[in-house]
Amino acid sequence: MESRFILETKCKRGYKYIEIASEGISGNFNLFKAGKVEEQRLSSRKTKFRTEGLSAWFGSHQALNNISMKILKNEVNAIIGPSGCGKSTFIRCLNRMHEVVPGARVYGHVYLDEKDLYEDGIDPVLLRRRVGMVFQKPNPFPSMNIRENVLSGLKLTHRLKKDEADEIVESALQQAALWDEVKERLNKPGTSLSGGQQQRLCIARSLAVNPEVLLMDEPCSALDPVATVRIEDLLHKLKEQYTIVIVTHSMSQAARVSDQTAFLLMGELIEVEQTNNLFTHPRDKRTEDYITGKFG
Amino acid sequence: MMDNTHKQSISIERIPLEEASRGIRLFKEGLIKYLLVFCSLVSIFTTVGIILVLAFETIEFFKVVPLREFLLDTEWTPLFYEKHFGIWPLLLGTVLTSAIAIVVALPFGIFAAIYLSEFASERVRKIVKPALELLAGVPTVIYGYFALLIVTPFLQNVIPNLSGFNSISPGIVMGIMIIPLISSLSEDAIYAVPQGLREGAYALGGRKLPTIFRVVIPTASSGIVAAVTLAISRALGETMIVTIAAGQQPRFTLDPRVPIETMTAFIVQVGLGDAPTGTLEYKTLFVVGSMLFLMTFVMNMWSQRLKGRFQQEI
Repeated sequence: MESRFILETKCKRGYKYIEIASEGISGNFNLFKAGKVEEQRLSSRKTKFRTEGLSAWFGSHQALNNISMKILKNEVNAIIGPSGCGKSTFIRCLNRMHEVVPGARVYGHVYLDEKDLYEDGIDPVLLRRRVGMVFQKPNPFPSMNIRENVLSGLKLTHRLKKDEADEIVESALQQAALWDEVKERLNKPGTSLSGGQQQRLCIARSLAVNPEVLLMDEPCSALDPVATVRIEDLLHKLKEQYTIVIVTHSMSQAARVSDQTAFLLMGELIEVEQTNNLFTHPRDKRTEDYITGKFG
Repeated sequence: MMDNTHKQSISIERIPLEEASRGIRLFKEGLIKYLLVFCSLVSIFTTVGIILVLAFETIEFFKVVPLREFLLDTEWTPLFYEKHFGIWPLLLGTVLTSAIAIVVALPFGIFAAIYLSEFASERVRKIVKPALELLAGVPTVIYGYFALLIVTPFLQNVIPNLSGFNSISPGIVMGIMIIPLISSLSEDAIYAVPQGLREGAYALGGRKLPTIFRVVIPTASSGIVAAVTLAISRALGETMIVTIAAGQQPRFTLDPRVPIETMTAFIVQVGLGDAPTGTLEYKTLFVVGSMLFLMTFVMNMWSQRLKGRFQQEI
């Protein structure tokens, strides 16, 4: 029984194929040879978030159990795992969106730049202005046009300076690789765009408030493959300026876009590793089973 | 052995491919279909019938009274010896009482809706919403006497020269009557705004109130306007409260302190029996009825369209 599957990874230099055999993963997978530049970047890795014994509940259901890990600065951090493993809950703890849901509780610590986010006196609303979030389902505000959608975060927080508005709209849409497609119709409703464009509009909206981190909760799962590629390409650019945490149920997506991957299973952190290593030399049997498609 | 008998007992008969009683089934299905069609046509025919009668009698009326007089005269005295047929006194009476009602109902209705959908706990919401809707179930004749016997005397203490019949008191009471209509339908609209939009606003660092007023309410706005439009239509057509508490004196005025007469109250007044069939007085019933029908019809259509647009947006 030789079950094989191929992960197609798209890197800056082109396409690479990783073959993973479910049996006998030895050491023969040095296809990911990091270049000199890459190595330098790796050696200067900095931590953006650090969680310590993080547990989370919905009512009596425990969604996360004692998770301690690091989210690396200016990298794409992927969280993978089967449905219901707690990956969305995990990133929602990073901007304290978890507690918006009635009956939700958190125990443990999350440090952003070594500042405990669950300390008394931390205002979750102010935290969310530094840690942006993009959701699974594109959710542009239907009552606003494209331009107003981009500016909505600044308007909601009363920080919009009128004379800077045009500049902010253009730069945010440029960063989200949407400007060229919508610059002629900024007054059209945000909901008139296609699904992929709507999602990039939501990314632009998050970037407009100038966050440090962008949390993405399965941002491509409602999109077609072409729109997915556009967003994945975008991530490579965005990580130069922002720290990105992306939740995905697609292992190939994690392999394509991320630098570090964490595997969650039933609320527990099974393994967190450099993406290349996790997919080629999983240390845990459960990780191996998952990435080779034995379950999930 | 055991297995065999067991298998036998649950074996199901093969279904034959020719239907045995096809004719009976087709007959039954046809009968039911026509019964359903008939039921739905009854209300359509009734509406069409009403429109035809209104239109016919209205045309008859305008054969006697020129449209110019109807639209330009400022007196409405069809039951007097010296007859005048200017619609304005009745129209102003209706508009004035409805406007007062909306001014009262709009803030209360909408703020109640915002409280119920955005602040109240699920438990409070489940108790308060049906309680509010009960208000709408109070018979309007009770509201009418409430306006005449309690609200008016109270207001007379506050407002000097307030006549025993006036438009402000029934206007206010009518407003109270339509609060549940506005709050309940607006609450439906606000509650239907997807949670994802609220989370989107929170994720941008928005606080609760800016989120409600800049994202949630604008998204629900067409649904809210539909609710208000329906409430206006209800106020325009409301009969009992204004008949009892506003007086029956058609007057060309927007002064809320003096007795007036609304279109609906006039119809009651004439319909109670003074006008013999076929006379001009009798026809005025239908002219006023057509006007009223037209106004509420336009309002209802508009409300429907807005509601449709709201459902599309969400």
